[in-house]
Amino acid sequence: MAKERHTEYWDKDIVSSVEHKEYNTLNVGPTHPATHGVFQNVMLMDGEFIVETEQTIGYIHRAFEKIAERRPFYQITPLTDRLNYCSAPLNNMGWHMTVEKLLGIETPKRVDYLRIVVMELARIADHLVCNSVIGVDSGALTGFTYLFQDREFIYEIYEEICGSRLTTNMGRIGGFERNFSTKAWDKIRYFLKSFPVKLKEFEKLLARNRIFMDRTINVGPFSAGRALAYGFTGPNLRACGVDYDVRVMNPYCSYEDFDFIIPVGQSGDTYDRFMVRQEEMWQSLRIIAQALDKLDKIADKDTYFAKDPRFVLPPKEKVYNNMEALIWHFKIVMGETDIPAGEVYHCIEAANGELGFYLVSDGGRTPSRLHFRRPCFIYYQAYPEMVIGNMLSDAVLTMSSMNVIAGELDA
Amino acid sequence: MVDISSVKSVVKISSQITTIVYQSNPERDQLVVKKLNTQFVDAIAKDEVMSDMLCITVQKEFIHDVLLYLYQDKDLQYNFLTTLCGMHYPEKNQLGVVYHLHSFVNNHRLRIKTATDIDQPVIATVTTIWPAANWMERETYDFFGITFEGHPNMKRILNVDEMTDFPLRKEFPLEDQTRDDKDDSMFGR
Repeated sequence: MAKERHTEYWDKDIVSSVEHKEYNTLNVGPTHPATHGVFQNVMLMDGEFIVETEQTIGYIHRAFEKIAERRPFYQITPLTDRLNYCSAPLNNMGWHMTVEKLLGIETPKRVDYLRIVVMELARIADHLVCNSVIGVDSGALTGFTYLFQDREFIYEIYEEICGSRLTTNMGRIGGFERNFSTKAWDKIRYFLKSFPVKLKEFEKLLARNRIFMDRTINVGPFSAGRALAYGFTGPNLRACGVDYDVRVMNPYCSYEDFDFIIPVGQSGDTYDRFMVRQEEMWQSLRIIAQALDKLDKIADKDTYFAKDPRFVLPPKEKVYNNMEALIWHFKIVMGETDIPAGEVYHCIEAANGELGFYLVSDGGRTPSRLHFRRPCFIYYQAYPEMVIGNMLSDAVLTMSSMNVIAGELDA
Repeated sequence: MVDISSVKSVVKISSQITTIVYQSNPERDQLVVKKLNTQFVDAIAKDEVMSDMLCITVQKEFIHDVLLYLYQDKDLQYNFLTTLCGMHYPEKNQLGVVYHLHSFVNNHRLRIKTATDIDQPVIATVTTIWPAANWMERETYDFFGITFEGHPNMKRILNVDEMTDFPLRKEFPLEDQTRDDKDDSMFGR
C-alpha cells in the first residue's frame, strides 16, 4: 500500500517538473580551474546541457593601446610580451618587424634565420601547453607533466639568448641585442635531438587513445564557413579545413626559403585542433633544422643586427666609458631618433593565429595610434555558437582546445 | 586613381642604407578602385597606395554598402575581416573607423577608412556581413564612443559598464594629471 502511494508521488512530481521547467544559472569563472585564465562564462543550464551562455571579459585589461601612445618604440616591446605570454618571443619579433616595416629597415638573412629559430621554438612552447592542457581537461595529467619539462628547456634556451624566461623582451629593432652564445646553440641542438622522442611518446599517449578520442572527436565542431565569418585564424581555422597560414600567404622574415607543410583538419572539432597543433610542432622542428643548416652555410657568423646605424644600441662597455655612446644609447631608448610619419599593418603567424600590429605614426617619438589584432579576442566570440546544446564537460574541452589566453584576449 | 609610378620597389635614401617599400599588387589595386568608382559615384573620398597596401577613404553614409559590395563581388571577394579599429583625429574634430579586409581568394589586402563627426558618432554596423565584427565594434564603442547602428548588443566590453569616458580619445589622460612629482616636459611628451 505504502509503495503505491510512493509511486504516485513521484509520478506527480515528474509531470509538474515538465510543466514548469526551470534552468539553472552556472558561473564558470572568472577564476575557475577550467577556464585557464581570468574570464567568465555565465551559462544557462538544462541539467548537464548548455542552453545559453554569455561571456564577460576584460578582467585583466591593462590598456596597452593607450599606454603605447606614450611610449617610445623600444618601450612597447615589454607590452607585447604580455599579450600571449605563452609565446612572448613571437609577439616581440612581430612588433620589431612592424617597426622595421615603418622605418624601411632591411634585415640580413642571418638575422631572419635566427628569428625563425626563436619564433618556431616559441610556437612549440605554446602548442605544447595547449595540447597537454587538452589532455588534463580530459583527465590525462601524465602528458602534461612529461611535456612541461621540455617547455622548461625551451625557457632555458630563451634564457641563454636574452636572459629572461616568460616575458622575454627579446630582440631589438633590426635584429638581436647580442649574438647567440655557444651554449645556446648547444641547447638548441640538444633540444632538436631530445624533443622528438618525447613528442612521439606524448602523441602515443593521446592521439590513438580510445578514451581521449571518445572525449574529443565531434566535440565542439565548427564549419569552415562559420570560422571564416567569425575571423578565425591559426590552428583553429586550419582545423576547420582552411589552409590559411600567414607564413605562406604573406611571407615575412624569409619564411619563403623554408619547406614545410600546413596541416589542416576536416571537421574543426577538438580532436582536429589537437592534431593540427601536434603536426605543427613537427613542422616547426623541421623548420628549425632547416634554419640551422642555412645558418651553417652563412660564412659571416657575427651578423646579428641590420646594417642600419639608426637603431643599433652601442655595446655596453662603450656606454659605460664613452660619453658619445651613452648619449646615443639614451637617444635610441628614449625615442629621440627620427621616425617617419606613416601607417603600416604587419601581421605574423603567432601561435594562435594572425597577430597584427596596425601602427600609425605622425612623426613623433611615440606611435599616435597602435592597434593590436589579437587572434584570441576575435575567435573567442564564437564560443557560444560552438558549445550551445552540448554538455558542460565538452564545453570545457572546447575552450581549452581553442587556446584562449587571457592576456591576449584583454590586451 | 592610383598613381602607379609612385610605387617603387626600392628607394635609396642614402648611399649606405637601402629602404624597402613594401609593394602591393598594383593591378589589383587599380581594379578595386575602378570597380568602386563605377559602382559608387560619390562614396569614395580618396584612394592612395600607402607604404604597405591600398587605402580607400569612404563617406560614412556608404560604408556598409561599400563593404557589402567588396564582400559579394565575384572579382573582388574580400571575404575576411582582418581587423576593425577606431581612430581619433582631434585636429579635425572627428572619429574614424579603419577596416582591414583580406581576400583569401586573391590574397589581397585592403584598408578602408571612414570618419564621423565627434558630436554625432554613428556608423552603420558590419556585423550583418561578418559576425566577427561584433566584439571589435563593441571594443571601438568602449574606447572611442562610436555607436554602431544596428549592432545586436551595443555595450562596453573591456571596461566596466559604469564608466562614462571613452579612454582612447586623445583628451583622456593616461596618468593622474594632478601629480606634480613627474615632469614629462623633460621627455618631450
